[in-house]
Amino acid sequence: MKPYQLALIPASFLAMATLASAGTIKPDDVVFAPNGAVSTSLTGTPGDPANGRKVFANRKLGNCLACHKNSDLSEQQFHGEIGPALDGVAERYDEAQLRGILVNSKKTFEGTIMPSFYRLKNGARTMKKFQGKTILTAQQVEDVVAYLKTLK
Amino acid sequence: MKKTTRTAMIGAFLAASLAFSAQAGGMNTELVIDTDNGPVKIITHVKNPPKGSPLSELYSGWVFRSKETQALETDDFDNPGMIFVEQARDAWNTPDGTVGKSCADCHGDPSSMKGLRTVLPRWDAKLGKLMTLEDYVNESRVKYMGAKPWKYGGGQLTAMVALISMQSRGMPVNVKTDGPVRKFWELGKKLYYTRVGQLDMACSNCHEDNYGKYIRADHLSQGQINGFPAYRLKNAKLNSVHGRFKGCMKNIRATPYKVGSDEFKALELYVASRGNGLSVEAPSVRN
Ligand code: HEC
Ligand code: HEC
Repeated sequence: MKPYQLALIPASFLAMATLASAGTIKPDDVVFAPNGAVSTSLTGTPGDPANGRKVFANRKLGNCLACHKNSDLSEQQFHGEIGPALDGVAERYDEAQLRGILVNSKKTFEGTIMPSFYRLKNGARTMKKFQGKTILTAQQVEDVVAYLKTLK
Repeated sequence: MKKTTRTAMIGAFLAASLAFSAQAGGMNTELVIDTDNGPVKIITHVKNPPKGSPLSELYSGWVFRSKETQALETDDFDNPGMIFVEQARDAWNTPDGTVGKSCADCHGDPSSMKGLRTVLPRWDAKLGKLMTLEDYVNESRVKYMGAKPWKYGGGQLTAMVALISMQSRGMPVNVKTDGPVRKFWELGKKLYYTRVGQLDMACSNCHEDNYGKYIRADHLSQGQINGFPAYRLKNAKLNSVHGRFKGCMKNIRATPYKVGSDEFKALELYVASRGNGLSVEAPSVRN
């Protein structure tokens, strides 16, 4: 190990400590595996699947039904056909992969139409009121991930 | 070749050739409009688009609407957009401005405008700029009538654009993309494929890659503008091309360009050219 790397260790320990106390990983600090997966929880607080189900359906939040059919939400009218049906999605992806798809879909599916729900650098000309904001909060992402894990 | 790989390849080929086809989907492409001057056949489907088209087939937005909405467009008597067209016909015949002349004084019957819609937007060598139909109407109002220009995208101008467009109903759209308009066309193309807004999407993501599919309750069309101005049941008025562009941009949480801006005129030219071969259909009825 080179000396400067050694010197960095205490600093990164410090950073970790700050992160842990702040509780939430900032959008620009999320670490992706080469396949687009994100293994660390964004908040450290376990996701709430019941709230995740609401966020999934809410047109102003996830609005996932715009593009995905999901039989678990059959009480909702009009499921979109742009993406794959999410029935049984928990059998196709593990938690880290699901989190990665939600945080930044483009890291898993290059060039996809699917929005990135926890990313700040989106398209040009983002409306003022959405600038510097992610579509979902870190905890909402965790909640949706927890909900997706129930789709078996 | 191993059997498994061959099967996989056949599968991939099948998937590729299963692109949207209105016929395969059992969708209706037959549109004949009952008008005061008899039936007018509308080309809503072009099987072999002009060379260089990014689309393998062209479809009017009418094809993707529900039976009920489609029906409203098959008879001018039922088309709710016609109320606005009649208002524009009154305006056509009414003098306005300091010169005290009406459109009719210079142009006679609106039918003198037949064919104009098919070639707009176009480069106007005399004026030295790209002109939309809206621009021409306002040019006349200001220069020849001494009247104030109408608001771009506003009710009066959009209705007049509908009246004039209607004179070309059934004729194929045929805008030029070369010569002096080329740079505007290139800009329009760039805008069409640029991802914008918090949702990070381009026009092409919805209208080129996914037309024929449902996005929630909306059946995605190719986003053609041959039907514009369009009467929308949603807001019960005639909607301009730029108004529609603005709406789509807001939906993806992007700040739209201004209605009447150079950017939207360039985009209008580019989108119009993607529909070269479809009939002018204005005023269309959409949801
Ligand atoms: C505008 C369309 C759109 C929206 C909105 C959208 N997705 Fe997607 N999603 C897609 C597409 C398309 C794919 C397939 C990847 C590809 O090929 O681009 C996909 C893939 C996925 C996958 C992988 C599915 C599989 O079986 O491979 C998951 C999981 C997923 N989306 C979850 C979500 C969730 C959860 C939301 C809402 C919070 C959401 N998506 C919102 C379009 C969308
Ligand atoms: C998130 C998906 C989406 C995006 C991105 C999008 N649109 Fe649309 N657009 C729609 C929907 C939904 C409709 C209404 C149904 C239809 O005609 O497709 C529509 C309708 C239209 C229409 C009316 C078509 C008709 O015949 O009535 C035009 C024109 C249009 N869009 C152009 C554009 C342009 C230009 C852009 C880029 C600036 C764009 N759209 C971006 C979803 C989108």
